[in-house]
Amino acid sequence: MSRAVEAIVMGASAGAVEALSAILPALPEGFALPVLVVVHVPPGRTNALVPLFGAKCRLPVREAEDKAPIEGGAIYFAPADYHMLVETDRTLGLSDDPPVLHSRPSIDVLFESAADAYGPALAGVVLTGANADGAAGLKALAEAGGLAFVEDPAGAHVPAMPQAALDACPTATPARLTELASLLIALGSR
Amino acid sequence: MHRVEDIEIELLLEALYRRYHYDFRHYSRASIKRRLRQALKHLGYENFSALQDGVLHDPAVLPQLLDYLTVQVSEMFRDPSYWRALREKVIPHLRTYPSLKVWVAGCSGGEELYSFVILFREEGLEARTLFYATDINPEALATASRGVYSLDRIKSFTANHQEAGGKSSLSDYYSADYGNAVLDQSLRDRVVFSDHSLVTDAVFAEMQLISCRNVLIYFDRQFQDRATGLFSDALSRNGFLGLGSKESLRFSTHADAFSPFVPEEKIYQRRNA
Repeated sequence: MSRAVEAIVMGASAGAVEALSAILPALPEGFALPVLVVVHVPPGRTNALVPLFGAKCRLPVREAEDKAPIEGGAIYFAPADYHMLVETDRTLGLSDDPPVLHSRPSIDVLFESAADAYGPALAGVVLTGANADGAAGLKALAEAGGLAFVEDPAGAHVPAMPQAALDACPTATPARLTELASLLIALGSR
Repeated sequence: MHRVEDIEIELLLEALYRRYHYDFRHYSRASIKRRLRQALKHLGYENFSALQDGVLHDPAVLPQLLDYLTVQVSEMFRDPSYWRALREKVIPHLRTYPSLKVWVAGCSGGEELYSFVILFREEGLEARTLFYATDINPEALATASRGVYSLDRIKSFTANHQEAGGKSSLSDYYSADYGNAVLDQSLRDRVVFSDHSLVTDAVFAEMQLISCRNVLIYFDRQFQDRATGLFSDALSRNGFLGLGSKESLRFSTHADAFSPFVPEEKIYQRRNA
């Protein structure tokens, strides 16, 4: 797997905190890639995930800001009630377009825009969740040449979302959380 | 494959501008692309070149496409803490003016506009205020001036209004009619609806308050600068600018013209220049 990946996108819903806790804090200092994360959270002014993971992770954890340049080695969470997108100049964008599959932020919106921006230099992971968000996005990512992963539905807290992604994108690699962490660490280490 | 689509999208946006003077060329490209893909699917065109052909030759296509490119769905008193901050921190300043002008820039379906009118009525300022509601989409302006919303949306509007410190009941301002809430005509007495583009049109009056929420996130930095420059020119000394909860002036070249007034609500004040 010796390809140059430049960014990682992740999506999670029900069971997200536990699943992300097995991956994000494992990323080591000096990790080179930006990690963009959409978690389905209820609308509200503050995103509790940023302080939560900020305290657990060795990498800086931020809420995505409109037009902010994407920096390697930082973890970005989509704000509640906004979609997070990637522009081709590698900056972040936000939108309040209608929810997609009842979700805002939407995993599909992030993955599809990131696939446009990064093409084959992108890796994407769909984690635990109860709906089908992320399936179309992961398919688009794989079609653009990116590396597609899903949390192994057999071990997922809620298998529906990774299973839907696997169905839509059969070339995706299913892996357990600890394996996913190792895979991502390998991608981001120079 | 992606390259061809990008070329087609650029040509389509250029066609829209050259033919109709609608300038989406400096909108955030990722969002506009997503919306264009939806339009393509729903309007039934094979590809963006075919849609471009439709836009140039069939006058019926433009309004349909505009609906995909511009329409936002908002709520009355969306983000109640913003409205509470206006009521508690901005209104006391506005009281000192004998007459007021308020501009809701990018008013879309009018939900925010009517929130302002109700807020100002509750605070006894409506009679001395003129409200400007502008948008680039004529259909959106027509919707806004009708002031008719589906009754099933009223529940969340009412909850927002109360949470925003509402001093009256929202039900005082509408009557129910076949599943719709029809807003009281009198709410429009002090409102001017107008077709106006933040990226191609100029300042038209001196304002004490401008509210432009979740519009700038759709612009690239060049358009954002154009729009914030316009706000800076349009505001009177110490006038107020309210943005969306995830918008800021941080990346704007006009940031120095403003000081944060209620930073957590993205309410800024025009500096004395």
